[in-house]
Amino acid sequence: MYARPSDLNDALGLLAESSARVIAGATDVFPGAGERPLQGDYVDVSNISALRGVRVDSAIVRIGATTTWSDIVAADLPPAFDALKVAARDVGAVQIQNRGTIAGNLCNASPAADGAPPLLILDAEVELASQRGTRRLALDVFINGARRTLLAPDEVMTAIVTPLPSPTMRSAFFKLGSRRYLVISIVMVAVALDVVEGIVRDARIAVGACSAVAQRMRQAERRLIGAPASSGLGRSIESDDLAQLSPIDDIRASADYRRDAALTLLRRAIDACALRQTGGVV
Amino acid sequence: MLERSPGVSLTLNGKSARLSGSPLERLSHVLREQCGLTGVKVGCDAGDCGACTVLIDGEAVCACLTAVGQTEGRSVETIEGLSDDEAIVAQLRAALHAHGAAQCGVCTPGVLTSAVGLLRREARPSEKAIQNALAGVLCRCTGYRAILDAVKEAHQFGARDVAELPQETAVGRRIPRLDGARKLSGAEIFGADEWPAEALTARAVRSPHAHASFVLGDVEAFQRAHPGIVAVFIARDVPGSNCYGVIAPFADQPVLAESLARFRGEAVALVVGDSETMRDLDLATFPVTWSPRPALTTLEEALDDGAERIHPRRAHNILTTGWVARGDVAAGLAAADIVVEGAFETGFVEHAYIEPEAGFARRVGDRIEIQACTQAPYMDRDDVAKILGIEPDRVRIIPTAVGGGFGAKLDLSVQPFIALAAWLLDRPVRMVYSRRESIMTTTKRHPARMVAKIGAMRDGRLAAMDFSADFNTGAYASWGPTVANRVPVHASGPYRMPHYRARARAIHTHLVPAGAFRGFGVPQSAIAQEQLYDELALRLNIDPLEFRILNALGAGEPTVTGQIFADGMGFKACLEAMRPHWIEARAAAVRHNAEARGPIRRGVGVAGMWYGCGNTSMSNPSTMRLGLKPNGRFALFQGAVDIGQGSNTVIAQICADALRAPIDQIDLMPADTDMTPDCGKTSASRQTFVSGNAAALAGRAMRRELLRLANVGEDAKLRFETGAVVIADSAGERRIELAALALNAAGFVAEVVETFDPPTTPLDENGQGDPYAVFGSGAHMAEIEVDVELGRVKVLRLVCAHDVGRAINPTLVEGQIEGGAAQGLGLALMEEFFPGKGENLHDYLIPTIGDMPPVECILIEDGSSVGPFGAKGIGEQALIPTAPAIFNAIHHATGVRTHRAPATPDRVRQAILTAAGIPT
Repeated sequence: MYARPSDLNDALGLLAESSARVIAGATDVFPGAGERPLQGDYVDVSNISALRGVRVDSAIVRIGATTTWSDIVAADLPPAFDALKVAARDVGAVQIQNRGTIAGNLCNASPAADGAPPLLILDAEVELASQRGTRRLALDVFINGARRTLLAPDEVMTAIVTPLPSPTMRSAFFKLGSRRYLVISIVMVAVALDVVEGIVRDARIAVGACSAVAQRMRQAERRLIGAPASSGLGRSIESDDLAQLSPIDDIRASADYRRDAALTLLRRAIDACALRQTGGVV
Repeated sequence: MLERSPGVSLTLNGKSARLSGSPLERLSHVLREQCGLTGVKVGCDAGDCGACTVLIDGEAVCACLTAVGQTEGRSVETIEGLSDDEAIVAQLRAALHAHGAAQCGVCTPGVLTSAVGLLRREARPSEKAIQNALAGVLCRCTGYRAILDAVKEAHQFGARDVAELPQETAVGRRIPRLDGARKLSGAEIFGADEWPAEALTARAVRSPHAHASFVLGDVEAFQRAHPGIVAVFIARDVPGSNCYGVIAPFADQPVLAESLARFRGEAVALVVGDSETMRDLDLATFPVTWSPRPALTTLEEALDDGAERIHPRRAHNILTTGWVARGDVAAGLAAADIVVEGAFETGFVEHAYIEPEAGFARRVGDRIEIQACTQAPYMDRDDVAKILGIEPDRVRIIPTAVGGGFGAKLDLSVQPFIALAAWLLDRPVRMVYSRRESIMTTTKRHPARMVAKIGAMRDGRLAAMDFSADFNTGAYASWGPTVANRVPVHASGPYRMPHYRARARAIHTHLVPAGAFRGFGVPQSAIAQEQLYDELALRLNIDPLEFRILNALGAGEPTVTGQIFADGMGFKACLEAMRPHWIEARAAAVRHNAEARGPIRRGVGVAGMWYGCGNTSMSNPSTMRLGLKPNGRFALFQGAVDIGQGSNTVIAQICADALRAPIDQIDLMPADTDMTPDCGKTSASRQTFVSGNAAALAGRAMRRELLRLANVGEDAKLRFETGAVVIADSAGERRIELAALALNAAGFVAEVVETFDPPTTPLDENGQGDPYAVFGSGAHMAEIEVDVELGRVKVLRLVCAHDVGRAINPTLVEGQIEGGAAQGLGLALMEEFFPGKGENLHDYLIPTIGDMPPVECILIEDGSSVGPFGAKGIGEQALIPTAPAIFNAIHHATGVRTHRAPATPDRVRQAILTAAGIPT
C-alpha cells in the first residue's frame, strides 16, 4: 500500500488502522531496502504542506517535519541555528538535501545523524501526533538508541520545536570525514555560546557519531559559563569532560581516534563560536 | 485511500505522461524500464553516486531515492529532455565535449542534469558553487577537473559550437572524442541499457560465507512457489567446462560452485525468470544449507604450514612467484655507504566504476551472442566457448560502451551466467549486477605486504635493492600471476640499480579474487620503493628530486632485467621539468611551517614511476582492419575497447595520419567479434601503443594499396572525394572512380588487415630479458597539508610529468593523467575495501569533486622509435606515482612515514602521536 495524503488527519487515520511506515524524503528508506523494491505499506507525508516550513515567533521556532535540508539552508533563522545550517549543507549532497527531511533524519536515528547535535544544542523537542493526540518529547529522550526512537507505530513526527534562542547566541558545527563531500561523520560536534559583553552566559555542546546517540556534554558546558569568549576558550575543555562518550571501532576510524578527534573538534568549535565562525567539514 | 493508486500523472521531459505500476517503485527503475529513458543511469540504488540524477521541478534529486508516487503532478527532466534548444544546455554540452569531461560517460547524465540545475539559477557560478552542485555525482574517470572547468567556462561557449575535425594531420591535436556526442546526449548504450523486450532476468544465489560447503535443498519446490521462475541452473548444468580464468593455464574459477564456496559472494545457483518476479524475489529464501568452514583471510593464515590448501594443486597456497635478480645484491648492500629498509602494506582497493556489470545474451541458431560491458571481447569469447563446450567461432561478443573498467572488466562477470541461461533456454536473458554484487564479487586490487632494503653510496648513487612482496590474490587466480610477475620487473623504478633482487608471490585466501587494477601491483610496489628512496635522500642529505635525477635511468643503460633502450627514456626529462615547481613549492611549504601557529603543516613530495606497455614477455598482438567503401569513406574496424580512455579517437587519429587522410573520412565500425579483428584486451597501457601501431600499419598498407591501384609512386598525394580518390603527382591528377572498381566480399574496393605484436623476449630464470618493447615513465609532485591534530590530509596541488612518447591527443592524455591521479589520491588517502563490510559507495569512499586539487600536466614527448608516431601508453602510468608522492609529502610536512595505505585520518594521527612519543 502507498498513500500520499495532503491532510495530516488522513495520514493519522491511515496509520491508526494499518501497520504502514511513514516516509517523506525517502532518502534513508530506499537505501535500507537494498536491491529489492520497497516491501510493505507506506504513508507518504511529503505532500502535506502544513508539515513543511520554518516559523519563528516570539517564543519558539517551529520547523515542520518535512522541511528539507535545502529549506533549512534557505530559511531566515537566528544565529543559534547556524550550526544546523552548516550541518544541512553537508547532509549528503544537494540531491539528498533537496529531498531529505529533518524529521526523517531524526526518526532514522543513525548515530551519525547530522541533524541531532545541532538540534540538541537548541534544546529541541519533537512533536508527535496520532489520532490519540499530540505529544512533545525532548529530542534526547525521543532518540533512545542506535536506530531506535520512541515514535509509536501510529505516530507521525509533525515538527521540531525549539525555544527562541537569545539573539546573542551563536553556534558552530564541525564534521570530520576522510573526504570533502558525501561524508558520513567520523565525529561531529555542535556548539552554541550565548555571549554577552564578552562573557559566555550560556554554553551548549553536543557530540555525534561517538556514541549510540548524539549527546550533550554538560560537564564541558559548565566549564565555559562565565569565561571570556576569546579564541583560546576551547582549551578549557579536557578529555575528562568527554568521558561519557563511547565511540566504536569501525571501518571509518578507531574508537581511540574518535575520542581524540572529538576533543580537538570540540575545542575548535568553541573557539570558532567565540570568533563568530560557523564551522564546516574538516 | 489504501488502494494502490491507478497510476501517476506527471510532466516528463516537457510532456504529460502517466506512469503505471507500483507507486513505491524507484523512479530510476521506471524511467529506464518503462519509459526507455536509459540515460538515467543506476550506479548504486542508494543515493551515493548521483548517476541517476534527474531534475524534479528544476531541483536535482536522485531518481533511485524517489518513489514514483512522489512525482504526481511534478515536472521531471532527464538528460533526454535537456535539449540543445536551451542555450545553457547546448553551451554546457559544448564545453564538456571540448574539455574531454566525459570519458566513459556513465556519470555524464548526472553531471549534466546537476550542472543544468545550477546554471539555470546561476549563469556564472563560482568554483565553490560548482563543487557544491556537483558534489553528489561521483566520477571515476576524469578526476573532476575537466568537469569543473567545463561548467565554469560553459558561458563562453557558443550555443552551437560544434567541434570541427581537422582536415590536416590529426596526431597531436586536441580532437574532442569521436564518440563524445552520444555520451553527452545520454544516448550511449552501456551494459544495462539495451535488452530484447522478451528477455528473462537472471540473478545469482551467492555464498554468504567466506568458506563453506553447501547442499542444495528442494529447488523444485522453490521454483513451484514462484511461478515466474523459468529455470534454476546449478553446477551440473554447465554444458562445457565449469572452470574459467583469464590466464588459461591457471584457470580455476567455477561458473557455479559445485559443493564448496571459496569466497563470500561466490555463485552457487542461477535463478532465471520474468523480470517482475526476479525483481521481487528474495534470494535469501533460496533452499541451500551452508556448512561454514574456517576461512583463511590473511597472508599469515594462508602461508601457515598447517593451512588447508584452497586449491589442492597449489602447495602453501602459493599461486605463483615472480623473480628478478641482477648482480650480487648481498655484496651490493654490504658495500653501500647507507642502507635503508622498511615494511609497507596496502589493502584491497575497489575499482568503483560507476557502471555495475551488465548485459544480455541470446541464442541464434547454434551460436550464442553476448552484448555486455567488457574490456576483453576475444578473451570473453574464448572462455564462454569453453564454458558452453562449443567452438569459439560460435560465440559472438558485442561489447557495449564500458562505464569504467580499470581492470576488473577484463574478467568475466555476467557473461557466463547469461550465456548459460540463454543457451539452455533458447531465450534471451539479461543480468544487471547490483552495486553490492559488483563490489562483493568482482576482482580487486591486490593487498600487498612488502619489505625492501635499498643501499646507496655517499655520493648518492644507488647501489643495491632487495625487495620482496606477498600479494593476497584471494580465492581464484584471475590476474594474480600477472601481478606476481610484473612487480619484480618494476620494483626498482626507472633508476640505475646495479645489484637487484626482487621476489613477489601471489597467495590464495578465502577472500574475493584480486585481479587487475590499473598498474597490476606496480602502484603498491611504488609505495615502498619511492618512500625508501626519499629516506635515502634524507639520510644522504640530498634533495629528493635531485637524488632521483642523479639516479634516473637513461637510454643506453640497462634496466634491472638487463634490457637496454636506445631511445624513448624520458624519465630524467620529466624530473627536470618538475624542478622549478619543486623548488618553489618546497620553499613555500617550509616557509608556511616556520610561521604556522595552528595545526596545519604543509609538505611537498615527489615520486617517480615506470611501467612497461603490453604483456610481460608474452605475445600480445593487435590486428586492425581497414576498408575503403565505394563512397570514398573508410571503415575502421578497431577492436581496442574504449573504456573511456579514448581509444576510439586515438586509434582513428593514428590511422588517419598513417593513411594521410583527414580523420573525418574515417567511419568507426562498432566493435563486434564477428566483424572486428582481435585487438587484445584494454589493459597494460597497450592500446595506444600496440593497437595504435596496428592502426598505423593498416593506414600505411591502405595507402600503399591505393598507390598501387593508381600505379603511382610513394610521393603521390591522395585526396578523398565522394565516390572517388584523386591522386596527384608530378604527372598531374588522376581520378579513380570507386564505383568502377570491383567490390570484395565485405563490400570494399580495397581492404587491408595488419597486425602488430610488440617485440619482447622471454625472461630467463633470473628474470633477465626484454619484457617490454617500451616503458612509459613519469613523476608526480604532491603539495599537501596535514592537520596534525586530526590526521586529515588534503592535497592542494599535483604536478604530473609524464613521458608519453608522443601525445596523440593531448586532451585525452591529460584526462588519463588527471583521472589516474584521482585514483592514486584515493589509494593514498581513503580507499580500502574490507570484504564483508561496506559493499556500497558510502562506506567505500572514492574522491569527490571536492577532493581533487588542480592538476598541472607536463607532457614530455621523448618519442619511442617503436611507438606509433612515437607514442607510448599512459593509462596506468598516471596512477602509479600519486600515492607515494603524497606519502612523501606527508613525511615532509610531519616527519612521519606511511607504512600502511591508505593514510586515513586515524592512521596519520596515530603515527604523529607515536613519533612524538605520546602513548595512545
